[in-house]
Amino acid sequence: MLEVRGLAKHFGGVRAVDGIDFAIRPGEIFGLIGPNGSGKSTTVNLVCGLYEPTAGQILFEGQDIARVPTHKRLALGLARTFQNIRLFANLTVWENLWMAENAPAHQAGTSFLKRWVGGRSDARERITRALEFSGLAHRADDLAGSLAFGEQRRLELARALAAKPKLLLLDEPAAGMNAGEIAQLDERIRALQGQGYTILLIEHHMELVMAVTDRVCVLNFGRKIAEGTPAEVQADPAVREAYLGTA
Amino acid sequence: MDFYYSLAQIIGFHTLLGLSAYIVLQTGQVTLAQAGFFAIGAYVAGMLTVLAGWHLVPAMIVAGLAAAIMACLVGFPALRVRGLMLVIATLAFGEAVRLFFFNFDYQIAKGDVKIGPLGGEGFRQIRWFPENGWTSFEIMLFVWAVVALVAGALWWIDRSRFGAVLRAVGEDELAAQSVGINLTAVKVTAMTIGGFIAGLGGSIYAHYTTHIEHANFNVLLATFAIAYPILGGLRSVFGTIVAVIFVQGFLVEGLRFMGDWRNLLFGALIVAAMNLRPHGLIDAATARRLARLFGREQRRA
Repeated sequence: MLEVRGLAKHFGGVRAVDGIDFAIRPGEIFGLIGPNGSGKSTTVNLVCGLYEPTAGQILFEGQDIARVPTHKRLALGLARTFQNIRLFANLTVWENLWMAENAPAHQAGTSFLKRWVGGRSDARERITRALEFSGLAHRADDLAGSLAFGEQRRLELARALAAKPKLLLLDEPAAGMNAGEIAQLDERIRALQGQGYTILLIEHHMELVMAVTDRVCVLNFGRKIAEGTPAEVQADPAVREAYLGTA
Repeated sequence: MDFYYSLAQIIGFHTLLGLSAYIVLQTGQVTLAQAGFFAIGAYVAGMLTVLAGWHLVPAMIVAGLAAAIMACLVGFPALRVRGLMLVIATLAFGEAVRLFFFNFDYQIAKGDVKIGPLGGEGFRQIRWFPENGWTSFEIMLFVWAVVALVAGALWWIDRSRFGAVLRAVGEDELAAQSVGINLTAVKVTAMTIGGFIAGLGGSIYAHYTTHIEHANFNVLLATFAIAYPILGGLRSVFGTIVAVIFVQGFLVEGLRFMGDWRNLLFGALIVAAMNLRPHGLIDAATARRLARLFGREQRRA
């Protein structure tokens, strides 16, 4: 589904990502982990198009998207959430979900005009379903900025899912969550896999990664040091060393 | 009574100027180019009615389109820069337009007098209204019909998905890109619509005043253009209208009896208004109350 070949990003003399390879298979939950500063976030930003790679390829369903503008990657089937939630705080919950209307999944059968200047009724059914799925139906008309932290996370995920992506990037979704919320998140990620989404999970929280992923890629200092199932990776001495025995 | 009709006309074209900046400000872009588009509209419409003998309405539409095309062309390079850089870039454009008209001569002989723009002398005798026997009251009605059309269109855009997209871009460009919004397309579209509206406003201004010159379209006018929607609040087109009435009706005309002290109070009152209503005269809560007043049912998903 997504294949990264020799991907590198240098900032001046800093080699944030220095030639990494990995491939995500359709339907799997692929974890990307590593200590602070290992290049995880840079990798995500390369995959999403916020940075242009210094070298290497990003193949999405066989097409090199390394230089495709960010907004077009959504249309190809790539959606994301952000580590430090980025909602449109002064738009309502409903309007936040309305943004995805341009995604190809919703383009069929609607005209250009209807998509752009259409009223709320055109998208109502789809958004109502998304609101119910994420348990935010009662807050539809509230400003996104007024939601509680957990609700904001759910809304951001719902916004990414609204585009019906093929690959979903979750950038540290457990950040700032307590144990109970993480358990819920675990279930939610599995449920998404059950619905047929392929997921790239970037995460600090080891327990979550080890519990939920099918395969894991471990980065350190911009390079891949291990790849395999959670059990294999945990047994790897290089990984143990990178995490000082805490893995 | 004519004084009030005339004041209503002034408020009318200033509202159009403010609304032209309103839609661009929605996308988070601070533009000082609106006076330039206003000038283009004024000159083009004036030349069409005076030199080519057109009816005012088609002249206004062509003037609006001319300003819109210019706004679109300016939009592409200008919107690649952000924040303060954009302020400077649009300011430079506005001044370039003003200086173009400072140097622009295009006169033709009509009988024994020459008419048309004449550089620093300006463009006199834009007398379509009096030549066609319009009363001040009729002109006022016409101006406000145009304002109502434009404000109505913008109000409709605000409620459509495009309006939400504009605000989303204004809030967080990175997130907007990530949900599939093409920033350049959205910003240039907003700029083009804004250019069209400014062009309409300028064409009305030219025919209201009958004499335009480059100095009318200076940085002060550009500042007014963005001050109206910011002062009024970016939540609703009504904010801009209220702000223009407040500034042109109350501060400029209403306080005229104070003589030179007016200018001092003028600045102080704007500062006071912004402090008392930090989100604009018509903020989100007021806009919601207004919406209820107009009998809109609250949507519930």
